[in-house]
Amino acid sequence: MSADLHPIRTAAEQALSSAIDATLAAAPASGPIADLRRAAAKTFTENGLPTRRVEEWHYTDLRALMREALPIAGAPDAAAVAEAGKGVVAFPEAVRIVFVNGTLVESLSDLASLPAGLTVTSLEAALASGDPLLERIGSLSPKSYDGALALNTAFLRAGLLIKVAAGATVEKPLHVAHVFTGAAAATYARNVIVVEDGAKATLIESFAGVEGVAYQANDAMEMVVGAGATLEHVRLQEEGAKALHLGTLMLDLGKEATFNSFTLTAGAATSRVSLYGKLTGEGAHLGIRGANLLKARQHGDMTLVIEHIEPGCDSRELIKSVLADEARGVFQGKIVVRPEAQKTDGRMMSQALLLGDNAEMDNKPELEIFADDVQCGHGATAGAMDENLMFYMMARGIAKAEAEALLIQAFVGEAVEFVTNEAVRETLIARMEAWLKARAA
Amino acid sequence: MLEIKDLHARIGDREILKGFSLTINPGEVHAIMGPNGAGKSTLSSVLAGKEDYEVTGGSVTFLGKDLLAMDAAERACSGIFLAFQYPVEIPGVSNMTFLRTALNSVRKYRGLEELSTPDFLRLMKEKAAKLGMSQDMLRRGVNVGFSGGEKKRNDILQMSVLEPSFCILDETDSGLDIDALRIVSEGVNSLRSPERSMLVITHYQRLLDYIVPDVIHVMHQGKIVRTGGKELALELESTGYAAYGQDAA
Ligand SMILES: Nc1ncnc2c1ncn2[C@@H]1O[C@H](COP(=O)(O)OP(=O)(O)O)[C@@H](O)[C@H]1O
Ligand SMILES: [Mg+2]
Repeated sequence: MSADLHPIRTAAEQALSSAIDATLAAAPASGPIADLRRAAAKTFTENGLPTRRVEEWHYTDLRALMREALPIAGAPDAAAVAEAGKGVVAFPEAVRIVFVNGTLVESLSDLASLPAGLTVTSLEAALASGDPLLERIGSLSPKSYDGALALNTAFLRAGLLIKVAAGATVEKPLHVAHVFTGAAAATYARNVIVVEDGAKATLIESFAGVEGVAYQANDAMEMVVGAGATLEHVRLQEEGAKALHLGTLMLDLGKEATFNSFTLTAGAATSRVSLYGKLTGEGAHLGIRGANLLKARQHGDMTLVIEHIEPGCDSRELIKSVLADEARGVFQGKIVVRPEAQKTDGRMMSQALLLGDNAEMDNKPELEIFADDVQCGHGATAGAMDENLMFYMMARGIAKAEAEALLIQAFVGEAVEFVTNEAVRETLIARMEAWLKARAA
Repeated sequence: MLEIKDLHARIGDREILKGFSLTINPGEVHAIMGPNGAGKSTLSSVLAGKEDYEVTGGSVTFLGKDLLAMDAAERACSGIFLAFQYPVEIPGVSNMTFLRTALNSVRKYRGLEELSTPDFLRLMKEKAAKLGMSQDMLRRGVNVGFSGGEKKRNDILQMSVLEPSFCILDETDSGLDIDALRIVSEGVNSLRSPERSMLVITHYQRLLDYIVPDVIHVMHQGKIVRTGGKELALELESTGYAAYGQDAA
């Protein structure tokens, strides 16, 4: 269709293109990041925001959802920093790095007291020193156009380069917190984490922001997990209820490496997380679990593209969605098994608990298998609260709301139990309990 | 204690309780026997407050209050307990968490303080031991992986912890071997008291050798058709339910 070849630009798309041009004009003319940004700007100008006609974005029409191109958030003032500091969830034992409105705030961060084996460099410092990790940025981008990632790259200006040294086991989780405060604006964050061979670390990303302001938060991260290394990853998305949250995760999982990820999605009016994972070494283990706790008219989309490239790897995906009122959950999971990836073992499951009559869950599992000796499967279930279980609990004196809360916790508990760090798991459970309390109130 | 008057209830457009009346005084144990499909489980569900059933007529007064106006949780808190014919499994909610939440709900309703963790654990240990239940079982999900007999025992454990004033036992004997039947019956008998009444529903006379009732009723087609003493159970044991086998209606 000609409409696809010459998309009619929305005002927001035009404004975004102009804003990209303006920030590029103000940035250095050359260098690895500058080239990357220019290339992304070009693809964005050509393709614009994805619409429902783009398969990967079918359920989350970004062109319809991003009606406004917001100004890029400026550096926060002291009051904003003080305010934002209060909004950071405390993970016991964790070392913390805090971004407020997309700007790294050293006064709220533990940059000076990082545990041995862990290096965290701001993008700014990395550019000044010519840090070799800079090369990782953009190195794992998907071949197909991703509008959210293109915007993130075109606006790239702040982020972290994280390295876990070969063989190091970093016990303390690293918590990278993103907080938004103030008037509506857009933020962009771009991080890289490289877990070198045999190293082990836990990375927590959290997202929170002011309620009642329609800000836009866009983050992306390249994750490289070396041979025999382990990255435990947690994403706690509790953006303000009017926010738009876009996240892109890109993963390269090496030989016998482990990536174990859990995402709690409870915030934002609209959220979308895309994860592009490649299993590039033999015998790697991938685990992605998530819980969606959504109410009112919230929309939460999790889209995974997992590529088994080498043999003998396993991948597990389990998404648990609790959808109240008119909330809508989306899970798209594509598992690609390349011809060389024999003995692949992949299991994908999405389960939804529909609490509201108008709640909806859309599942789109896809298997593309080019090897013959593999075990892959997927499943999806959706249903209302089990009335027989509710009756049993109430018949023992447990009030309806409390019975419902216990059953919801049990339901999402099957996903959160994969978080191996007990203190982190307990903190996540407490966040879920807070959500349940707020809903009951 | 409990007064049921001319109770009518239906599910969908099917009437199952058709004018059921029964009065039970404090301390009394009544048994209801009857053929399959008589409406025994329906009666227990309606008394416990299951919402699938629509009460279309009659009244139930419990300790002077209108039982039918309360939801299932309120009924349980005010002292109704139903031991289920088929207790459900609740994966992900441990017996400990479940019982503690239930006990604290009931205590709160009765104006009592919540039990401290050590006090609760002590109570559980004592009650579970009496029913031959291990601590490991208590840590597992409610009824998850329990045998039929263990599920029934778990219901009786809940009953002994919650200390209700009116217990309904719906075919507690079904699926129990003779040892389990003895343990469960002892558990029930130890709860008999002048302040506590019971309604024991069973298809077989066997259970009534262990839990000896004061009165026996025969239920058929949604209402009581005969009332008598222990001799009624023996009579049914020899004649069976042949007389009630066919729906005359
Ligand atoms: N959920 C239901 N839907 C339709 N009919 C039901 C339902 N539950 C019970 N019944 C019917 O009601 C009648 C009484 O059932 P029930 O109370 O279980 O009897 P009992 O416990 O005496 O064997 C039976 O004919 C049964 O088929
Ligand atoms: Mg029955």
